[in-house]
Amino acid sequence: MRALLVRGGRVIDPASAVDARVDVLLRDGTVAAVGPALADPGADVLDATGAVVAPGFIDLHTHLREPGDEHKETVASGLAAAAAGGFTTVCAMPNTRPPADDPAVVRTVLELASASGLARVLPIGAVTRDRAGRALADLAELAAAGCVAFSDDGAYVADAALMRSALEWARALGVPLSDHCEDPALVRGGTMNEGPVSARLGLPGAPGAAEVAAVARDLALAALTDAHLHIAHVSTAAACDLIATAKARGLHVTAEVTPHHCFLTERAVMERADVEGLAYDTDARVNPPLRSESDRRACLEALRAGVIDCVATDHAPHARTDKWCEFDRAAPGISGLETALGVLGALVAQGALDLPTAVARLTAGPARAWDLGRRVPGIGSLRPGAPADLVVFDAAREWMVHPARFRSRGRNTPLAGRALRGLVLTTVHGGRVVYRHEEQG
Amino acid sequence: MSERAIEARPSAAAGATAWRHHHLLDVDTLSRDEIELVLDTAAEMRGILERSVPRAPALRGVAVVTLFYEASTRTRVSFELAAKTLGADVVNVSATGSSIEKGESLVDTVRTIERLGARVIVMRHASAGAPYLAARNTAASLVNGGDGWHAHPTQALLDAFTIRRHLGRVDGLRIAIVGDILHSRVARSNAWLLTTLGAQVVLCGPPPMLPPGMGGVAEDDLLPPVQVTTDLDAALRGADAVMALRIQLERMGTSEAPVSRAYARDYGLTVARLQELAPRALVLHPGPMNEGVEISPDVAHGAASLVEEQVQNGVAVRMAVLYLVTGKGA
Repeated sequence: MRALLVRGGRVIDPASAVDARVDVLLRDGTVAAVGPALADPGADVLDATGAVVAPGFIDLHTHLREPGDEHKETVASGLAAAAAGGFTTVCAMPNTRPPADDPAVVRTVLELASASGLARVLPIGAVTRDRAGRALADLAELAAAGCVAFSDDGAYVADAALMRSALEWARALGVPLSDHCEDPALVRGGTMNEGPVSARLGLPGAPGAAEVAAVARDLALAALTDAHLHIAHVSTAAACDLIATAKARGLHVTAEVTPHHCFLTERAVMERADVEGLAYDTDARVNPPLRSESDRRACLEALRAGVIDCVATDHAPHARTDKWCEFDRAAPGISGLETALGVLGALVAQGALDLPTAVARLTAGPARAWDLGRRVPGIGSLRPGAPADLVVFDAAREWMVHPARFRSRGRNTPLAGRALRGLVLTTVHGGRVVYRHEEQG
Repeated sequence: MSERAIEARPSAAAGATAWRHHHLLDVDTLSRDEIELVLDTAAEMRGILERSVPRAPALRGVAVVTLFYEASTRTRVSFELAAKTLGADVVNVSATGSSIEKGESLVDTVRTIERLGARVIVMRHASAGAPYLAARNTAASLVNGGDGWHAHPTQALLDAFTIRRHLGRVDGLRIAIVGDILHSRVARSNAWLLTTLGAQVVLCGPPPMLPPGMGGVAEDDLLPPVQVTTDLDAALRGADAVMALRIQLERMGTSEAPVSRAYARDYGLTVARLQELAPRALVLHPGPMNEGVEISPDVAHGAASLVEEQVQNGVAVRMAVLYLVTGKGA
């Protein structure tokens, strides 16, 4: 493969504290050099003038759906979506059919990923067999198969003693446990956030306390076991406070927040740009649900301050029929890989974050949270020797969300028709261009 | 407007306010004048129903389909009788015994019914918002016959009609709605409708059955401007009308509600409790009633009770709604 010289861009590499107009030279699948006026006569040149150059984004929370739900997404379509969104590494959630509670499923996903080649997949293994919350999966075997974390995402491990055992195993294996924190007894049929909007719409509500109670229990278990607990998709102000306190106490706790919980509120269920009257927008149905404005602001502030380590998309693609139905029958989830940067850019434009922080939460943040450099040296950075994964994007460019143009099979997004900011121009994975933006008519 | 106008010259029936709604999904989008138009039209319809041969074929040739995903007696039958009184052709579809049992989606079912010729689809569904999805996907007029916990617009209209008929007005009245407010589409639609008409509305129920945020400071008209209390006597004090809601017996004795004996003691309407009401106060219930739980038999069948008249007025109000959404009042 020829070397690739990315020239003239503003390089933002938070892991190495670089924010400067420099060139990046990629050679033999790794970063060869970063510096001013680099030259390599044999290299292809990618002109990044006027654009930002950052390490390829890392998503700790992606649903690729294969095997089992190929009508929603395949590994290939999901990785194409990742590349289009600037992500070069995605951590694949195990809730496939069959679930990744067995190394054979993990190996299948890794084979499909390497056949695609559009992004790196780091697999996540199930915590419990069949994700049923009754008996532990063979966690040691899953770790040996390459799982970078364990999660029963989509479901809370309601049995506290079982969760304790899982955390003890996770600690022994040196793997984080990514925790979907919603106490099902409090959710009890709730399909959106409990509050004035659910009262208006007559929809059963799930209180924010369902998350807070779940986080509190598992922080206690993390303290008991000394395990690495990762709180997935934080959505409430009170959970942010609990996480901040736990970190201050020295617990090994990390956390992620989705772009949609930082950008949208429960009102998205009621109001949608292209719908007149009450929307009952099934594309805004997601677990945990979109919350109140004060929760949204608290999550965003926790992300900015680093209480929450990173942004993760919880990319949850669904087929049209899964969403084109009554609200309470709709599958929960938002297709998020291709809008993540645009949402963060919109938040930067609102003054909620600065651009280097936004980039950090998509690169160094997730890499550090799960210590991924242990597996892939230099990942999430542009240090020499790091993987040749980078994204070139126009930070100022506004664009309209047209789900029909998604690479993902899941066109389910409540952001349809909305203007976002920050457009991916080129994505490079393993030194190879895997995505290039083409202007639409 | 006169009964004769409804039969002979539909355009004369409109009065000063024009009806601009193709669907009736809830009452929260209706102005006070529009609500008055429905109630005035319903008064004319009631006149038709009191004739020896109650027929006024304003909807001759119009196909009305009732599409009920949930069980109902009074709502479905009163829509059917309303449509037939106006000369419409009526077909009833229920979830059992139709393609819905075979897994047909809501949108496909509604489109199929429209293609079969329906001008109006009256729909009841257990999922809040289902009629909104249906309305966005059909050219037929969609009339909401009750969706989940969300809305029951014709019930609220017939309640207001009944109150107005007996007290001459709704404006300025104090009206208490008592029971399981959280799960009640009747309470939600009435809260919007009665406050729009100028009534002071008090919602009262056990703490777990009050919707979150209701009664608080309203955020840009998100919720109707009502009072909320858990104290029945306070709710009834000086009220001009009280509406008891049906309590679902299967919720009794769960985390949501006390056992029925305690419920009857704290929230049941009894003759003794009614002493708190204003003189000539009215008692309403949307039915079906659990006598001895939310309402005692002597109140349910007492002098102040309008329960049976509500049912009767339901036909007139639904005639008015069908007449207006089909453009006959335009």
